[in-house]
Amino acid sequence: MKYHVDDRGYYGDFGGAFIPEMLYPNVEELRQNYLKLMYQDDFQKEFHQLLKDYVGRPSPLYFANRLSEKYNCKVYLKREDLNHTGAHKVNNTIGQILMAKKLGKKRIIAETGAGQHGVATATVCALMGIDCVVYMGEIDIARQAPNVARMKMLGATVKPALSGSRTLKDATNEAIRDWINNPVDTHYIIGSAIGPHPYPDMVTRFQSVISEEIKWQLKEKEGRELPDYVVACIGGGSNAAGTYYHFLDEKEVGIIAVEAAGKGVNSGESAATSKLGKEGIIHGCKTLLMQTKDGQITEPYSISAGLDYPGVGPLHSHLYKSGRGEFYSATDDEAMEAGLELTQLEGIIPAIETSHALALFKYKTFKPDDVVVISLSGRGDKDLQTYIDYFKL
Amino acid sequence: MNRINQKLQEEQKLLSIYFTAGYPKLEDTVTVIEELEKAGVDMIEIGLPFSDPLADGPTIQESSTAALKNGMTTSKLFEQLKDIRKRVSIPLIIMGYFNPVLQYGVEAFCKKCEELGIDGLILPDLPLDVYLEEYEAIFKAHGLINVFLITPQTSEARIRQIDAASEGFIYMVSSASTTGAKSGFGNEQTEYFERIDGLKLKNPQVVGFGISNNETFTAATSRAKGAIIGSAFIKHLTTHGTTEIDSFVKGIR
Repeated sequence: MKYHVDDRGYYGDFGGAFIPEMLYPNVEELRQNYLKLMYQDDFQKEFHQLLKDYVGRPSPLYFANRLSEKYNCKVYLKREDLNHTGAHKVNNTIGQILMAKKLGKKRIIAETGAGQHGVATATVCALMGIDCVVYMGEIDIARQAPNVARMKMLGATVKPALSGSRTLKDATNEAIRDWINNPVDTHYIIGSAIGPHPYPDMVTRFQSVISEEIKWQLKEKEGRELPDYVVACIGGGSNAAGTYYHFLDEKEVGIIAVEAAGKGVNSGESAATSKLGKEGIIHGCKTLLMQTKDGQITEPYSISAGLDYPGVGPLHSHLYKSGRGEFYSATDDEAMEAGLELTQLEGIIPAIETSHALALFKYKTFKPDDVVVISLSGRGDKDLQTYIDYFKL
Repeated sequence: MNRINQKLQEEQKLLSIYFTAGYPKLEDTVTVIEELEKAGVDMIEIGLPFSDPLADGPTIQESSTAALKNGMTTSKLFEQLKDIRKRVSIPLIIMGYFNPVLQYGVEAFCKKCEELGIDGLILPDLPLDVYLEEYEAIFKAHGLINVFLITPQTSEARIRQIDAASEGFIYMVSSASTTGAKSGFGNEQTEYFERIDGLKLKNPQVVGFGISNNETFTAATSRAKGAIIGSAFIKHLTTHGTTEIDSFVKGIR
């Protein structure tokens, strides 16, 4: 079984580029050039320099002593929350802004849900002095005011998506429509491992720095490069894709994904795509997505705005269908408790997205020798209001 | 011979109208088709509404959302079109996004279209290579013409590939835009229309996007075989319901 993308842009049955002809020239330009450009020496040098000096990489691989004791295994946390802008998202936006420059693009567009990818995109646009427009659902704009303010301070224009449910799915539609209307000078920085090929692969490669570092960091700490398990939360799946990447072909490494069950997988208010989704097409790729029998895309729900997406990246659909990945889902309540637990055991307030990954311990018991690496994808500052409301702090 | 091919052989410039099935009211679909034929339209594109119409501007988006809210589904549309060939003889094309077709089953969908007397499909997000590899044989077995789009940015090499794969007409998107985004044509469009005309393609071209009145219809068909009106007609339906369709069409040509 092959887990990496093939020449046609597929992961097994999933992926491809199901795009209207209006997008073909842009996507084709990217497809033909992305690998060539990103592996040029000067690109790699600038990318790694920025990751080091600007983002603050390598992010620590932290042995979580009290959490390990509690769950009787060896838990390591990959501290993406310590990156500049507070999450793993910036790894990808740094890569894509360099790509946009190489392609001679003068304007950047992006979609955002909770605002983390929007902030990470606005940040690199400020860094490079490039115009930036971020599409964000009208409802998300209202509930994520601090991130909207951050984007504005960074000089980005935040445009409300007024169509459909006015959340992430619709913000993505609006960004795609913008690209159709501005095909020549604009690059679209997609924030997750979704979209038409080559986006899922390109985003995954930029995020793969996470698993690249885990290998050598674990070698230093445990004397071996391979953990027994790598764990990540999945919405669209960019932090998970980066966390798994260098372990995909290492059979002895277990791959674990935790989705958002919302108020319960069968409650009608959930984002557990692997359980509830069916093969179909969303935002230009064939993947598992939540939809009606009739093929209309439905609205997901999660307390975490970053996991509130009706699809999952094609790599993850393949990991699920092939059985390579173990998929769990955690409810709002389970995630919130796990977030509080990490805060009180380790002194780290995680993003609520990440809290879902930490809720895994409710479902899976590890052996005492197991080395379990969990991607701590983001910090909880942006979620403080949700924590305050939930725990009545 | 397929009704689309027959129509394309006629002398006059063709006027094709797009509307969203189940809009403004769920049961308006057949009425709109009949009224359009009576008004002398040459071809009709029946829009199968989708929750996430990426290539459409606000007008068609809103009509799709409304149609879905009205209760439109793929099965409902097929049920409404059950006796359509007893009522009209005009070429009928279903236009929509690929996911609803995929969920219905591509083969089952095509078979149903053949039974109902549908002549062609336009599925903007079904790419050329996937169509050729997986679905061409099915479309052909059911006598359906698949219509591909080109835009001002489409390279000549790709236009040639699309021309080779097409058996009806080529849908020429007038400018880099979503539907209903612009009105009126500039020098860029004139140059594009002339350039495509100069390629001497085997398939005639029909221009869509940005056509809303007599002036834009005349400009679009100065070189091309026909033109398609979508958003402007949806606006008419929003304002007038299924009345005065005749005067809308007469105002175009």
